[in-house]
Amino acid sequence: MWDTFRKERAWQIKEFFFTLRLLRQNPSAVAGFLIIALVTLMALAAAFVAPYDPIRISLGERLRPPSAAHLFGTDELGRDILSRVMYGAQISLRIGVLVVVIAGGCGALLGAISGYLGRRVDNLIMRVMDVILSFPPLVLALALAAAMGPSLNNAILAVAFVMIPKFARLVRGEALSVKEKQFITAARASGAKSLWIILNHILPNCVSSVIVLSTLILGETILIAASLSFIGLGAQPPTPEWGAMISVGRKFLLDQWWYATFPGLFILVTVIGFNIFGDALRDILDPRIRR
Amino acid sequence: MAEPLLSIRNLSVQFFTYQGVVRALEGIDLMIQRGEILGLVGETGCGKSVLARSILRLVPDPPGKITQGEIRFKGEDILRVNGKRLREIRGNEISMIFQEPMSSLNPVFTIGNQMAEVVILHQRVKRDRARAICLEMLSQVKMPDPDRVLSKYPHELSGGMKQRAMIAMELSCRPALLIADEPTTALDVTVQGQVLTILDDLVRRIGASVLFISHDLGVIAQLCDRVSVMYAGRVVETAPVEALFARPRHPYTVGLLQAIPSMHEERDSLMTIPGVVPRLIDPPPGCRFAPRCAKRFEPCDRVVPPLSEVETGHAVACHLYPGAPEDATRKSVGAGEDG
Repeated sequence: MWDTFRKERAWQIKEFFFTLRLLRQNPSAVAGFLIIALVTLMALAAAFVAPYDPIRISLGERLRPPSAAHLFGTDELGRDILSRVMYGAQISLRIGVLVVVIAGGCGALLGAISGYLGRRVDNLIMRVMDVILSFPPLVLALALAAAMGPSLNNAILAVAFVMIPKFARLVRGEALSVKEKQFITAARASGAKSLWIILNHILPNCVSSVIVLSTLILGETILIAASLSFIGLGAQPPTPEWGAMISVGRKFLLDQWWYATFPGLFILVTVIGFNIFGDALRDILDPRIRR
Repeated sequence: MAEPLLSIRNLSVQFFTYQGVVRALEGIDLMIQRGEILGLVGETGCGKSVLARSILRLVPDPPGKITQGEIRFKGEDILRVNGKRLREIRGNEISMIFQEPMSSLNPVFTIGNQMAEVVILHQRVKRDRARAICLEMLSQVKMPDPDRVLSKYPHELSGGMKQRAMIAMELSCRPALLIADEPTTALDVTVQGQVLTILDDLVRRIGASVLFISHDLGVIAQLCDRVSVMYAGRVVETAPVEALFARPRHPYTVGLLQAIPSMHEERDSLMTIPGVVPRLIDPPPGCRFAPRCAKRFEPCDRVVPPLSEVETGHAVACHLYPGAPEDATRKSVGAGEDG
């Protein structure tokens, strides 16, 4: 089975390895990838590697500075910050991936429908998107999360909703150019329905740009989700979410600098990682720069 | 006379643009018998492709609109069927091959995927049965190593192979009518010959009719049974192939045939027809060819000449040939139009 797969997909496999080689030659892509890999690894291995239980309270060890026992120190309830940061990676990545999947799925579909059908449908969908875009993303996400009630799932939905227009606009643009291609007319000439054409011809031709946008959006998403948690609308205690940790740690910033600093550092690094990786990916996948 | 497979009556297509209304087709009359290959010639921009697309209602709307006429396919007016029936007709009963095989195939799917898609769309078959049908079709178009081709992407095939794959794909549902819109223009001459032979062979075998669009009279002569000549959005002459080449009637057809360089005579420059094609936003009021016509006389600038038979099966739209009075089978058209 593996053999036939390799034979049938020979071209894609070659192309994939070529992309990998380009990625390897691009220092910012490598840096971005390493950061993403480390954070992902940390999230996956948290249960095995974390030195302490992230929610176990030990009031005897409140607000200890970084030391050999607690590398990142402890918080006001004596919980190990390193362990909490590690588990926090799980949550942040889950938020990022879920938001991108939800927003990317809905956005791409809406964009493809809008671009392909055009006219009234296009106008309707795009004006709705414009309305969403006219709010600053954080403010809108905040309002939605507040309206739905503070919880991690609601925060994810709120952020996903805010991100939909970005995907929709991108895919609409792609769809506009793809739909003029002859193979779309050919598909119509052979009796395909509009929905079939959108799903089978338009969307597959937009996938590469959606992937690139996803990596960029992922960073932004993590930031917004952290902000929501910071205000208290996202993850609820005792969930070790980075934003929520900063939010509490802020009160101790003057005397216990480590509390807010380490989660903040991780947000910073993770977001930068996704952003530079996405940037590099965009450059590499662009056929005009590629060869 | 048996009912024709396709008959187009008085078809007009207009494009509504910012510059004005472009009268791309006006009063088109055309019919195709079962098993017949009808050639459609005319220069670039005369409306051949628009005609082909309007048969399947593929004219982009907006800006295009089919403003009048009827297209009867097996007695059913395509312009009036509902969406579901239209999709059944498309690809299953009438299918279409486009000019550029490079862009007619979706670059992200394999040939096998795309061919199977068409088969599955119209015949209720499982995927592996569809694949078998595709294999069979590919070997019918003499594709070398069809099994391997099925798993190839379009960019891995040559132009000729792609066009053969397109032919296989479009004929896989055994349509009654195949519309071939300059299928060989984008190919080089040797490949063109091969593809035409294959097309001819296959079409005769499954008994499909073909509307073959080309601006290459040589190809038309080789392949077609009858020819219609179009000029500036109108059919100016329709005749059996031999008759058209032996006795062209319309001055435009005559000019077109003279413009083909011959191997037997010495000529310094190619014959040309003076003047340019009229703008279809405000075409000449009478015969659209009149401004360029050497034989123009009084009524040409005023009255649109109807398409009328001068001998059996040979119809011309020109005032030089008053022709037979209107008969039932070949209604004269265009006369009532404001032109």
